[in-house]
Amino acid sequence: MIGFIIQRVLQALMVVIAMSIIVFLGVYAIGNPIDVMIDPGSDQALREALIQRYGLDRPLFEQYFVFMNNMLHGDLGESFIYRLPVLSLIWSRFPATLELALTAMLIATCLGIPLGLWAGYKPESLSAKAIMAFSVLGFSVPSFWVGLLLIMTFAVELGWLPSGGRGPTTEVLGMNLSITSLEGWSYIILPAFNLALFKLGLLIRLTRAGTVEVMSSDFVRFARAQGLSEAKVVGLHVLKNISIPIVTVFGLELGSTLAFAVVTETVFNWPGMGKLIIDSITVLDRPVMVAYLILVVFLFVLINLVVDLVYGQLDPRIRVKAAS
Amino acid sequence: MSEPVLRVKDLQTQFQTRAGILKAVDGVSFEVGRGRILGLVGESGSGKSVTGYSILGLIEPPGRVAGGEVLLNGKDLTRLKGEAMRKVRGAQIAMVFQDPMMTLNPVLKIGTQMIAAVRAHDRVSGKVARDRARDALAKVGIPSPEERLEAYPHQLSGGMRQRVAIAIALLHNPAVIIADEPTTALDVSIQGQILAEVRRLADETGTAFVWVTHDLAVVSSLADDICVMYAGRVVESGPAADVIAAPRHPYTAGLLASVPAEHEPGTKLPQVPGSTPSLANLPPGCAFAPRCAKAGPACTTTPPVRQFEDGRTALCHYPIEPVSCQPPSSTSTTYRSAS
Repeated sequence: MIGFIIQRVLQALMVVIAMSIIVFLGVYAIGNPIDVMIDPGSDQALREALIQRYGLDRPLFEQYFVFMNNMLHGDLGESFIYRLPVLSLIWSRFPATLELALTAMLIATCLGIPLGLWAGYKPESLSAKAIMAFSVLGFSVPSFWVGLLLIMTFAVELGWLPSGGRGPTTEVLGMNLSITSLEGWSYIILPAFNLALFKLGLLIRLTRAGTVEVMSSDFVRFARAQGLSEAKVVGLHVLKNISIPIVTVFGLELGSTLAFAVVTETVFNWPGMGKLIIDSITVLDRPVMVAYLILVVFLFVLINLVVDLVYGQLDPRIRVKAAS
Repeated sequence: MSEPVLRVKDLQTQFQTRAGILKAVDGVSFEVGRGRILGLVGESGSGKSVTGYSILGLIEPPGRVAGGEVLLNGKDLTRLKGEAMRKVRGAQIAMVFQDPMMTLNPVLKIGTQMIAAVRAHDRVSGKVARDRARDALAKVGIPSPEERLEAYPHQLSGGMRQRVAIAIALLHNPAVIIADEPTTALDVSIQGQILAEVRRLADETGTAFVWVTHDLAVVSSLADDICVMYAGRVVESGPAADVIAAPRHPYTAGLLASVPAEHEPGTKLPQVPGSTPSLANLPPGCAFAPRCAKAGPACTTTPPVRQFEDGRTALCHYPIEPVSCQPPSSTSTTYRSAS
């Protein structure tokens, strides 16, 4: 097991290094940030001074090593626009996105898995077909449009929920969270549901496909022959067998929700990381972009590492292969 | 023969398909007494496995049990629905499947699966259930059962897994166990061990077995009685030794003649000509007639069930007379009880 973890951590490290190079080169290629930062009428001396100050006159690889060296010391640079360390800038936005993403995943999982199980358990029933039709809508209707519809319905017409923004926050474990209060929930529920819709459709289809396959297997027949109740057959035998693809997709979706909740955050004016990165791109705030992308890579690698470890817990056959 | 624990009467199982209704099981009747082993023999597609599933009420749509009775200690199982049938399944009548690689859930420990099986019928604590699971493993001859409970199926050999499956079937001391070709996927030496074990269990626990198989060698060494099935019908039945020594139905005779062990190496093996007919397209009358050397004009009509004086039956217009067939030399091993 420890060998397995070390192996995975080393692999993760390679990915982070490779991605840091790609990100750095990509951002470098989009142009000189100095042009954006200063008044076009400034004289050449000021230009030169700024270029020198940010180290942009040095060779590319040297810039990269300076950047990596700083990063290893926990310094990802300073925002050109906000004049704040990027890390604290991103960190100030992170809890908002985290709670939004987790709430969305919670909704998608708590609804998607039971609905998928039912649709797979009774694939011919009318309810199963209705669930499947809904799941198609879930990931084919554009989310910004659904977001607007939700605002129109629940905020404008019915007036039940606020149309956007984030509720009051309290500090929990150093993070400012809004889900601690009921009012906070009234703000988060619409964007979270909007964000959950795609994942919900995906999880329903995934769960259903797995359930249909496992239900026809010999061990389900054998379990029934033992007189196990249907609830036990599904809850014990089926759920455990379909959990691996579900965990995989859950991990990937959690990562992408955290990193790219941009559309929903924009529609609902949610002060999360997605809005930060979009704003940074518009004004070419290079350090924020680089730091954000590196953090996203790190996040994905971390989530996949956890998913890999969970695999081993779910399927003993994977454990054996990893050990040998 | 003592009062039968399981009596199947005129069982009909049909599958609704686009080609029409397929009668997979068409009027099968047999009975098994306490501690007895019945061999249900037939080729692929003869309906023997479907018979097993029908008895336990495990036929899924588009199939259904369309008629007949399955009397377990006098209670008709075909009338039981849902929860009532679940309470019988695994408790009073159990089943073992063909492929031990597939019948145990690969991601659950043996112990977890066995404890679930115990608690499906008895409200006992996890510890009591675990003890019973361990004892059941020991009963079927599995060494160090305590450790096996912690093992996953892939850590056991095929023979071990099939023993586990039999142990699970035995957990609630059922009156009857239906075994659907449980040794087909195993190699011969393991098969021998398991057959011996099953014979011992039948004698010791009084559990009756319905042993579904295509292998006459297995039946001849294990079963007390035989039912030979063809195209969904029982074509011949009787005490195993008698049927094998002197088959009355031409189909049984053909099957026996094609057992390789009975022939000189190098000589051509006789076989039953043709192949099993499609259930969607059965010939009128006797389904075996097109492949039968003895078929005559009467065979286009449904053959009568002929009862013979020694309790045997054959579904045939022209049954073979007792003298016309040489008894084969006895098989080397026998698991039949001395009684």
